[in-house]
Amino acid sequence: MDKIILEMRGITKTFPGVKALDNVSFKVREGEIHALVGENGAGKSTLMKVLSGVYPAGSYDGEIHYDGKVRRFQTISDSEELGIIIIHQELALVPLLSIAENIFLGNEIAEKGVIQWQQTFARTKELLAKVGLKDSPATRITDIGVGKQQLVEIAKALSKKVRLLILDEPTASLNEKDSDALLALLMEFRKQGMTSIIISHKLNEIRKVADQITILRDGGAVETLDCHTQDIGEDRIIKGMVGRDMEDRYPPRDPKIGEMLLEVKNWNVFHQNHRDRQFLHDVNFNVRAGEVVGIAGLMGAGRTETAMSLFGKSWGHKITGDVSMHGKPVDVSTIPKAIAAGLAYVTEDRKHLGLVLMNNIKENTTLANLKGVSRNGIIDDRTEAKVASDYRQKLRIRSHSIYQEAVNLSGGNQQKVVLSKWLFTSPEVLILDEPTRGIDVGAKFEIYTIINQLAAEGKGILMISSEMPELLGTCDRIYVMNEGRIVAELSRNEASQESIMRAIMRSGEKQ
Amino acid sequence: MAIDTRTETPKASIGDYLRRNIREYGLLLALVVIMLLFQVLTGGVLFRPVNITNLILQNSFIVIMALGMLLIIVAGHIDLSVGSIVAFIGGISAIMLVKWGWHFSLVVPLCLVIGGLMGAAQGYWVAYQKIPSFIVTLAGMLVFRGLTYVVLQGRPIGPFPKEFQMLSTGFVPDLLSFGDPSTSMVKNWFALVIVLVLVGLAIYSGMKNRRLNDQHGSENEPFAFFLVQMAIISVVAVFLGFQLATYRGLPNVLVVMGVLIALYSFVTTRSTIGRRIYALGGNEKAAKLSGINTERLVFFTFANMGVLAALAGMIIAARLNSATPKAGVGFELDVIAACFIGGASASGGVGKITGAVIGAFIMGVMNNGMSIMGIGIDYQQLIKGLVLLAAVYFDVYNKNKAV
Repeated sequence: MDKIILEMRGITKTFPGVKALDNVSFKVREGEIHALVGENGAGKSTLMKVLSGVYPAGSYDGEIHYDGKVRRFQTISDSEELGIIIIHQELALVPLLSIAENIFLGNEIAEKGVIQWQQTFARTKELLAKVGLKDSPATRITDIGVGKQQLVEIAKALSKKVRLLILDEPTASLNEKDSDALLALLMEFRKQGMTSIIISHKLNEIRKVADQITILRDGGAVETLDCHTQDIGEDRIIKGMVGRDMEDRYPPRDPKIGEMLLEVKNWNVFHQNHRDRQFLHDVNFNVRAGEVVGIAGLMGAGRTETAMSLFGKSWGHKITGDVSMHGKPVDVSTIPKAIAAGLAYVTEDRKHLGLVLMNNIKENTTLANLKGVSRNGIIDDRTEAKVASDYRQKLRIRSHSIYQEAVNLSGGNQQKVVLSKWLFTSPEVLILDEPTRGIDVGAKFEIYTIINQLAAEGKGILMISSEMPELLGTCDRIYVMNEGRIVAELSRNEASQESIMRAIMRSGEKQ
Repeated sequence: MAIDTRTETPKASIGDYLRRNIREYGLLLALVVIMLLFQVLTGGVLFRPVNITNLILQNSFIVIMALGMLLIIVAGHIDLSVGSIVAFIGGISAIMLVKWGWHFSLVVPLCLVIGGLMGAAQGYWVAYQKIPSFIVTLAGMLVFRGLTYVVLQGRPIGPFPKEFQMLSTGFVPDLLSFGDPSTSMVKNWFALVIVLVLVGLAIYSGMKNRRLNDQHGSENEPFAFFLVQMAIISVVAVFLGFQLATYRGLPNVLVVMGVLIALYSFVTTRSTIGRRIYALGGNEKAAKLSGINTERLVFFTFANMGVLAALAGMIIAARLNSATPKAGVGFELDVIAACFIGGASASGGVGKITGAVIGAFIMGVMNNGMSIMGIGIDYQQLIKGLVLLAAVYFDVYNKNKAV
């Protein structure tokens, strides 16, 4: 295992005004799983783009040695030819084409331009078997789950005779079971001698599979840790990433819980697309002033659907139930009415649902409450700039000014802009859907601090999260959902990873 | 954690500023270059007072429709039906004015309302039934063209009453007379005075705005840029104003157009409606989840387009002094091209009124210049097509370079 398959030496890559990578060097041994960790914006993805030729040789400084030679990749196909395959976080599959068509897209098994379907299907079957999929090669991508889609991507990589597989956040959108299957597959490949680089925020997974861990911080490679010569704990990795000890990943919380704010009773919702299928069954929950309430559950449990159906019927169909604020019934049947009732919903997917990426911080901040910065339909530029600057300072949004476009911000800062937008509507209850997904440890801490501040100001917080430690670390009370029902309500003392999982499993058995 | 919150970037250098705003300045520069080019190629005819007046009259309706089209394109849609609405409104205005003898002060607002309804009818299908605007307005284009043939029974109607023609061919009368128009070189002092006052106002408000921005720490373009820009615009405006004044003064259409340009610039940059349209085009789902009634907004942009197309239809009918079933054929393409040359993005969310107006004038000057030079319509089309492609390529090239 001592042969070095890849060495990147002194890689420096600058974008106008920003040094994204600063003299980064790191080595990957043949046949290992090498984890690349770091906060968002630390340069992980940029480094992999340099490696795979997305940024052609010449657009960066430094050298890439691969398989014993200096390589100067001009395009992605140059690196693919040598077996370097990158699987991006956003999967590059065509939803309406079949598995087989996707695997051989751009690389079709054809004679004189005529596709040989028999061979294609046979080859696909072999490849699917290698990744443990039993689906028919003719299945359309849209008909299989995200977990399987990820495996199809890997099968596609295998079809290209991959030697170095790079996975960017492969388990970000997978549930625990699918993640485990994927990691097991990587370990299986390692046995067969394949090398992988995995970029991930999930430190427990990295600890499970990685042979070496390279930590990037602020565009530089801080250190490489060998997992075989020393026992590396999560705290050790986090320390490397943030450059300081993280004694407590969650800020201390001293709740002062007040009057009842939001109460939802007998909430029943039918599925948006399958209209005769009831999706949420008699959901009841409440949030008090100053309280942080969590909703735990597996993917597809109905958490996001509960939030969206509540927020102006943005999801679902045939929605019935009672909603009240301060004990009085309120109308939340449209988004403007829900906002007027004092609700705010910070979406799970900030890029697609939360932000207008091409607009700047200022414009995004005021979008949900333009009335607050305008008179008779005319926007007052200076009031607007002041509002945006105030939130930028209050939430510590890192940008060169309020005129920076949202697309150029890191994940954590984007999330803060979305939060600014909703805070400016002066909500009483904020529903936060996966507020820290895909953002780095340091920014997470800041988001938790903001949540605490808001609760201290008397707002009610309803927080949906797939990361159980996060819910346990921040919430005063946790509801557990499964299959469209609330199956448990746990106080801060009762709640633990085990009690949550037990509630989910038991509710499954009953049915 | 790399950057401290408090640090602002140092004042951008002129080079940086130019690079970031290359699109706007490039466009203005392109218009100036094209004008100078045709001034030379046509042997000085382009800038003659008569021709400048003609240029304005010929392009006013494209500019007016480009204002509405820009909103539609920014919202992420397209409207192919405007040429047919132009013809239909021309037709029914002719019937009302000529056949039924109605007074123009009744007919003009009525036609605007009808145009608005035509746009709204399409807007309904696009906004509330979620049918792609390309298809809805393609259908509208055929339906309204067909209706035009039906109401006109295939024959042109004209001539129009004098007062109605004034809409297109009239001039603002000289309210000041400093000399005998027959001897003085300046035939219409009022026009010249108005232009000078407007230029003065523009400079004053520009300066005031800069000062306020400085006080509030908002972004300002470099002063040198502001100066050069103001100087160029003032010189061009005064020169054009002078040329117009030596002929017959300000065409009525120019006044209408100027007011509309100012109004739509204001709406797009300062009003909540404008801001919401940009947000809708930039990310419809995010806009909707922010409590914006995106359907109503799309509906509005189409109804608005209908009103502007109706206005354009009447201006064209008045100019030709006859309503024909073939009026406005292909106008939708000129209007859409003007928006794209002006920097609008086909995927929505991006585009400026000033861009669309300059884009329309680039097309207009080319049309006019090439016609004076006697270039056939075949080559004119070819050249316009290539210019459109080049302008959009310039955008794409800049965007890629920025990444």
